[in-house]
Amino acid sequence: MALDSDTQKFKYIGTRPDRPDGLDKVTGRARFGADFSMPGMLHGAILRSPHAHAKIVKIDTTRALALKGVKSVVTRADFPTGLTGEDWNIQENVMAGEKALYDGHAVAAVAATSALIARDALKLIDVTYEVLPHVTDVDKAMAEGAPVIREGAADYSVPEGLHPNIVRYMDSGRGDLEAGFAAADLVLEESYKTEAAHQGYIEPHACVGQLGADGKGELWCCTQGHWFVRQMCTAVLGLEATQLRVTPSEIGGGFGGKTTVFIDPVALALSRKANRPVKIVMSRSEVLRATGPTSSASMDIKMGMTKEGKITAASGTFRMQGGAFPGAPVDVTTMLAFANYDIEHVHHIGYDVMTNRPKQAAYRAPGAPMGAFAVESMLDELCRQLGLDPIDTRLKNAVKEGTRATFGPKFPPVGLIETLEAAKAHPHYATPLGPNQGRGVASGYWMNWGGETSASVAVGEDGTVQVSIGTPDIGGSRASMALMAAEAFGVPYENVRVNIADTGTLGINEPTHGSRATFASGLATVEAAKEAIGKLCKRAADKWGIDADAVTWEDGFAKPSGPNAGEYPPLSIAEIAAEMGSTGGPISGHFESSPDGFGGSFGTHIVDLEVDPETGRSTILRYLVVQDAGKAIHPAYVEGQFQGGAVQGIGWALNEEYIYGEDGCLQNPIFLDYRVPVASDLPMIDTVIVEVANPGHPYGVRGVGETGITPPLPAVANAVRDAIGVRMTQLPLTPPRVLTAIKGRG
Amino acid sequence: MSKIHVNTTVNGDEVEYLCDPRETLLDCLRDRVGLTGAKEGCGTGDCGACSVTLDGRLVCSCLVLGAEAEGKEITTIEGMATGDELHPLQRKFIEHAALQCGVCTPGILVAAKALLEKNPDPTETEMRYWLAGNLCRCTGYDKIIRAVMDAAQEMREAS
Repeated sequence: MALDSDTQKFKYIGTRPDRPDGLDKVTGRARFGADFSMPGMLHGAILRSPHAHAKIVKIDTTRALALKGVKSVVTRADFPTGLTGEDWNIQENVMAGEKALYDGHAVAAVAATSALIARDALKLIDVTYEVLPHVTDVDKAMAEGAPVIREGAADYSVPEGLHPNIVRYMDSGRGDLEAGFAAADLVLEESYKTEAAHQGYIEPHACVGQLGADGKGELWCCTQGHWFVRQMCTAVLGLEATQLRVTPSEIGGGFGGKTTVFIDPVALALSRKANRPVKIVMSRSEVLRATGPTSSASMDIKMGMTKEGKITAASGTFRMQGGAFPGAPVDVTTMLAFANYDIEHVHHIGYDVMTNRPKQAAYRAPGAPMGAFAVESMLDELCRQLGLDPIDTRLKNAVKEGTRATFGPKFPPVGLIETLEAAKAHPHYATPLGPNQGRGVASGYWMNWGGETSASVAVGEDGTVQVSIGTPDIGGSRASMALMAAEAFGVPYENVRVNIADTGTLGINEPTHGSRATFASGLATVEAAKEAIGKLCKRAADKWGIDADAVTWEDGFAKPSGPNAGEYPPLSIAEIAAEMGSTGGPISGHFESSPDGFGGSFGTHIVDLEVDPETGRSTILRYLVVQDAGKAIHPAYVEGQFQGGAVQGIGWALNEEYIYGEDGCLQNPIFLDYRVPVASDLPMIDTVIVEVANPGHPYGVRGVGETGITPPLPAVANAVRDAIGVRMTQLPLTPPRVLTAIKGRG
Repeated sequence: MSKIHVNTTVNGDEVEYLCDPRETLLDCLRDRVGLTGAKEGCGTGDCGACSVTLDGRLVCSCLVLGAEAEGKEITTIEGMATGDELHPLQRKFIEHAALQCGVCTPGILVAAKALLEKNPDPTETEMRYWLAGNLCRCTGYDKIIRAVMDAAQEMREAS
């Protein structure tokens, strides 16, 4: 299967055709989560805790139930008991039990004949709270005397004597740190902080659920992964997995935040009680208060370097809060923090910490950007103090095929060096800078993922091809699948229809997450096509009366494999398909696996910005993304991933943060105050696609979705350092913070 | 609470609906008229996903009450193409891969069309400031701006 894309000749792969769902999406016809309705449907609404931490003494729903139009009310008492592990965590997050654990935590829900009545009914639910002390900062949550979120939440990894809010602990490394630091000409130590950022998808969560007393149900929702939704909903509600059929709508962004459930089990619980379908659509404030965001982090880094620029040793301590539940992605942070570099002596310590904040959810390369911010900032400072070029220094330390990674295994073929060389050669790197302007460079990595995958292809009676996959199309992946199917079958791109199948149609598929869709669903599509092609060849062989082995498939035609096979005119896919009903029945192909040949993707970014010395505001002037795609199936959508990741990273670096008041409540739960980048904040985002083929995919694909958000945090911080002469160690670099730094430099 | 009877025009068609005084124009378009192309991304006028025009003026339909549509002319994304012929902006958005998830796309198209009607030859900066009220979380805006520039040029050449 290992094919080098450099040597493969492609007809469709690498072209930029219109996406198959383009027309639907530019005409308003595409149906997203909130666009779906059912006959007899009720509207649900959720009551949320106004307190960061409170005991729920009593919930009285009498007045709400008495309101005309209210058909059902649910509280935690309507959910099964006895769940354990992550199933319990999800149930507890979906509907609070004994305590409200954060501002916005769901405590009750209503279904009524209109959304307005449902919202009115929420005001008639009487909840008696006993407010408890709260903590929202990761360092404070670990300190002695901090309020305990939940006793007994820690797992076996946590050493005795640590605060109960520390729920996982990790410690890994190799070599001899002391010797490594002794060999350095310069050793630096610094602490860094990043704030929580929300995925910020423009489409709030939405679903329509229908569940009967017989335990059979249906759910339509916007999700990155409907089998995950099925597993979580059925676990939370005590149903059998396959009795719930989940159909995904079009999805209006996810970035990891739609790989879990918040409202779906609530809609199903309300539906079961009312015996009618129930729709729930979140408001933006509900999204910001009660879904996502990513973890905030507090980190200590120490690195040593020789005056020639060789990293001699590195160590890091990473403290990350994942909200009121275990699960901060500190395992990934520790794994990837130093992963760009070949370092002999390295050590990581990680803490997963609970606070009174919403349960963190995956956000594009979850865990990686925080560590990258700390480590790439320090690398930049080492280069600066030693008078070294940041790209040359990275080249001197960059991992390549065969390097023993800081997290253990040896790297397969990877493209970090190629991205660094392309960045160095790009005109951007030689562009002169003006006053108050600065340039920052940083590299980043995401290891990518395979995951459970099941796909089918079927040949239509006219020789066109239908592809059924289980990964929702979040950024144009239907186009990639259609290109790969067209390439495999040798049929025109337009002759392929790609459908996102519901949970009743295919085996389990993990979500569109981990940058896996084009890699894993693409691989499965190609392998399923090969199975169907085998059947097409067999039909031709039977017609010709020759052995199936003597038939080859070329450009959409079955042909005798050589002169010895006999002389027969080629049979097209359409000719074989037209007769398939009488030659053996439908022709289809199927493939399923958990492919492990996902190749990681490295990227290097360069950013130029200007800092206004009077306001502290940073304006991005120029931005370059160079990243390894293995093989870009549809280059325009690969560029789109690079650009979108970079801009989300810019937002995290400059503007975006969760701001909590003294009361532990989120102070900026609308887009006016949680400020994501807008068009006027940005220049064009330049891209270079590097292609170091991934041997684990038939066409060389590497996932490209997540790497792009990792370098921007440090790249922007390094550029601000270059512009103002002060190293900023806490994100976001808001104008007030930068202005304070400028004023403090004397 | 008694409902309000509203007579209005949507994409050239006469439309009437009954609405609660608290319902927004966006709610009425989606739930009463059955046009779900305009999206609610925020409900506070910050994201532009619900952009429509009201008597030719670009508005966030989440900030207009349904009752205010009485006697007005509304155009939505559903009225942008002529029959089976897409507006140049719609074609260019597909051609330039100017959408990823596509949920902000209807609002951005409506806003961009309003810009080009006011100013057929905007600079990149003018486009970026005009579209600053339309959030896109997927694309980083690069391909959106390129698509609008390309459509504007095509429309200028055709006129």
